[in-house]
Amino acid sequence: MKLVRKSGVQLAALVITLLLLPFITDALLGRGWVRIADFAMLYIMLALGLNIVVGYAGLLDLGYIAFFAVGAYCYALTGSPHLALAFPMAFPDGVHLSFWIVLPLAALTAGSFGMLLGAPTLRLRGDYLAIVTLGFGEIIRIFLNNLNAPINLTNGPQGISRIDPVRVADVSLSATQNIFGIAFPSVHLYFYLFLAFTALVVIVSRRLERSRIGRAWMAIREDEIAASAMGLNTRNLKLLAFAMGAMFGGASGALFAGFQGFVSPESFSLMESIMVLCMVVLGGMGNIAGVILGGVLLAILPEVLRHSVVPLQQALFGKTVVDPESLRMLLFGTALIVMMLYRPAGLLPSRVRRRELGSDEAPESL
Amino acid sequence: MPFRFIHPLLLAVITLALTGCEKSPTTNSSITGQGASGELVVRIGASAPLTGPQAHLGKDNENGTRMAIDDANAKGITIGGHKVRFELISEDDQADPKTATIVAQKLVDNKVSGIIGHLNSGTSIPASKIYNDNGIAQISPSATAVNYTAQGYRTAFRVMANDAQQGRVLGEYAAKNLAAKKIAVIDDRTAYGQGLADEFIKAAQANGAQIVAHEYTNDKAMDFTAVLTAVKGKKPDLLFYGGMDAQGGPMAKQVKALALNLKFMTGDGGYTPEFIKLAGDAAEGAYASLPGVPLDKMPGGKEFEKRFVAKYQPIQLYAPYCYDAVNVMIAAMQKADSVDPAKYLPALAGISYDGVTARIQFDEKGDLKGGAITVYQVQQAKWQPLETLGAIAPVAQ
Amino acid sequence: MEILLQQIINGLVQGSVYALVALGYTMVYGILGLINFAHGEVVMVGAMLALSALTALLGMGVPPVPALLFSVMVAMAGCMVLGYGIERIAYRPLRHASRLAPLITAIGVSIVLQNLAMMIWGREYHSFPQLISNDTHNFGGAIINDIQIVIFILALAIMAGLMVVVHRTRLGCAMRAVAENQHAAQLMGVDINRVISITFMLGSALAAIAGLMVSANYGLAHYYMGFLLGLKAFTAAVLGGIGNLRGAMLGGLLLGLIESLGAGYIGDLTGGFMGSNYQDVFAFFVLIAVLVFRPSGLLGERLAERA
Repeated sequence: MKLVRKSGVQLAALVITLLLLPFITDALLGRGWVRIADFAMLYIMLALGLNIVVGYAGLLDLGYIAFFAVGAYCYALTGSPHLALAFPMAFPDGVHLSFWIVLPLAALTAGSFGMLLGAPTLRLRGDYLAIVTLGFGEIIRIFLNNLNAPINLTNGPQGISRIDPVRVADVSLSATQNIFGIAFPSVHLYFYLFLAFTALVVIVSRRLERSRIGRAWMAIREDEIAASAMGLNTRNLKLLAFAMGAMFGGASGALFAGFQGFVSPESFSLMESIMVLCMVVLGGMGNIAGVILGGVLLAILPEVLRHSVVPLQQALFGKTVVDPESLRMLLFGTALIVMMLYRPAGLLPSRVRRRELGSDEAPESL
Repeated sequence: MPFRFIHPLLLAVITLALTGCEKSPTTNSSITGQGASGELVVRIGASAPLTGPQAHLGKDNENGTRMAIDDANAKGITIGGHKVRFELISEDDQADPKTATIVAQKLVDNKVSGIIGHLNSGTSIPASKIYNDNGIAQISPSATAVNYTAQGYRTAFRVMANDAQQGRVLGEYAAKNLAAKKIAVIDDRTAYGQGLADEFIKAAQANGAQIVAHEYTNDKAMDFTAVLTAVKGKKPDLLFYGGMDAQGGPMAKQVKALALNLKFMTGDGGYTPEFIKLAGDAAEGAYASLPGVPLDKMPGGKEFEKRFVAKYQPIQLYAPYCYDAVNVMIAAMQKADSVDPAKYLPALAGISYDGVTARIQFDEKGDLKGGAITVYQVQQAKWQPLETLGAIAPVAQ
Repeated sequence: MEILLQQIINGLVQGSVYALVALGYTMVYGILGLINFAHGEVVMVGAMLALSALTALLGMGVPPVPALLFSVMVAMAGCMVLGYGIERIAYRPLRHASRLAPLITAIGVSIVLQNLAMMIWGREYHSFPQLISNDTHNFGGAIINDIQIVIFILALAIMAGLMVVVHRTRLGCAMRAVAENQHAAQLMGVDINRVISITFMLGSALAAIAGLMVSANYGLAHYYMGFLLGLKAFTAAVLGGIGNLRGAMLGGLLLGLIESLGAGYIGDLTGGFMGSNYQDVFAFFVLIAVLVFRPSGLLGERLAERA
């Protein structure tokens, strides 16, 4: 009883803090930080999606951003004037579907792409799988970058602009809204939207982890042959992992497109895939709390460094010695190395993994 | 609800909050805030990629902007009865659209009066929405995508000809002046290269040339032998490259190595000393274009170049445009006698200013009006102006 | 016909470059089972060091040939120190951690090296002095120059040399033992730390040569040049079967050929629907197809039980 009450208080405190966060951040640090927090939420969703593939099922995926791209372009195409260019007869003003219709479609489309990637790669392991997923991510990006001819489907490298903002109950999130006399700027509204989705993704991840399927994934991660000998259908389970992970990616992609109002292929480079993977590994693969921490840290670290490098140098040397921009990325790289050296299993490792590392033998799995 | 997430989440929230202690923005003095000596501090935001593969161009932009601001401060400008001191806030957007919006928001937070940036079209477009929402003037020195000013934002301007303007002039020049009948095109699949190449093709075809090959590369490539060999099979008499100097230079070199007998032409991205350096003797005879009038034909142009080189390093590419962008903005502020964007925006839209690159006037979209474009050729390892084309070519009165 | 021949030559030259870099990846992988993601940056540092040494020496009036030889040594020595340092700092402490941990440190090292190089050598592109003559030779209408011939021969020679080291020397024997089973090798008296350090240093010295050759061939060096090159070389190594020296060579040459033939003929194959813009898509499709039928690459050993 006591435990429940304590947890209840903690939960309430967390919810209130999170709800007030945009206002506190805005007042203390400025609105730029609310936008950074918005992106951090998007990254958390992505990292949690990738966690299903890498953390639970143990499949190394270096092309995860492709699903984010698929989701983003789903909404970009169906929520902007762009298709009027390709099909002026059918859609004279472009297609303007509601975000809430596109969202499940984007998730499903990305999910099918996940299956498409999963199917030929079922027999591959480790680094061979990594390079094929990397190739898949690049293939998707190259198609998006080039499908402006013969039919202008994606507008190629120019990207698609003027994407409709997300609307909740006919209220546009891209303008400041007055609710109960309080002004909610656009970035705040998106923060709440993303917060709601992140909470949903956390709950789904949590349920998956504890479910039959989740345990089966972990069995495959630990020993695929043993898992299949126990009667698990490893083929379908792996495909399901790819599809589930991809669906999360697709949904966050659609959110990104609505938030940003502009998508272009350069947002979906290989470096982004690697960043999301870093979040998962750095935070602690397979552990939801760890992955969230990893996402928050890596999303805000470059920005923290952006703000602190110059003042720090001025405090130390009285002037700016080194160009802040090169130093910023240098420190970011160093931080990755140092964090990994001190917490090789991630900042908050999952319990299973901690047990593994406690044993003498080096784990052979990912 | 999983309760053991709460600790790490709180931790994350606290981390986010604590970062405030490290940050030291100078938000204590706002636009109208007075500096120590009773002067008015006006912030100008600038953004370009300062890390990553385009960092050399980004730094060049920052230097051009900084020089204009230093000049204005040295001159001592009075606006609205106050002596004004301009302050530059320069941010790295990493040529990434997402980072660009974060940077844009940060600059807005810092209450800048205007923005010089961004360098790329892919960053200028998403950022322009934020500047427009906050009513802040944005002058891009180098974004060329037609889309940037076609969004209907009254805050978006550029001091650079767009792809359509430049591609049209280049295509016409290739087909008419250089009498190219069979033309091959290579583009680097970036927003800039593809946009320029597509407009070039339209104009060249309209002037009777035939496009015999359209090949592609990317903006990190070093080897072009495969596409060049494919081009060679089509026997064109001119090759147009839509892309930057870092690829254009080596490409010109490989054109020569593969014994392709053709004229090499590229856009403003190739008009750099880097191009000549990287292409070596293969640069000889190559054509490139640059919006505006040659620096030595504009009043103060030659002097600007001399001072810039003395202070920083040889001009990479867009530094003069950044210099002009700042000066145009300041001229508009002086004309409106206000540093408030809401007040000086109409003045900016109707301005006529002789910069170091051209006479700058904007059309109703915010594009450069008329848009003179100069074609250059490499002669004796130097870019030499051949001809200035375009509707109005204002030379010093 | 001469176009086809030229494309094959283009592919072989580009492929030799990939092979040179891929050999470094594959050596480290063969012994540690670790993707040294920072290898591409070591190649870049090699090119930059060689360039600095060359510029300095030529500036002092040293004749080109000794200057070139000396700068190769400088670059190799510098990269060996770097390779040793990377292994010592970023990989050795994580030898028993999960297999993804060194991947993250490798990415960290990559970012650090790139930005250090940017601070040291600046943001601009450097042109590489023309030292080896680039006289061209005509092979039935196709053109090849001296540097390209040197690159091709050098790649083959280095592969052969490495094969000799790995299969004929005591050190090679120790390397293979460590690759097979670290614990057992240690019990047999092999100093595994030393062997692994030497492997990294060898791989880094190769990277320095590769960097120099790439820069000499294309006439430029830039602090960002390592990323794409490393990625392509890694793909090549996997295509050939990562951990196998002959595989790296074969994979590199094949990838080079696929790319140049793809860029040249993909338009004709698809009736103009796709062009050279889909060159990489084509390359990755071939890679996936190969891996579907041979899950451990062309010459890779079957490691079905190793995850």
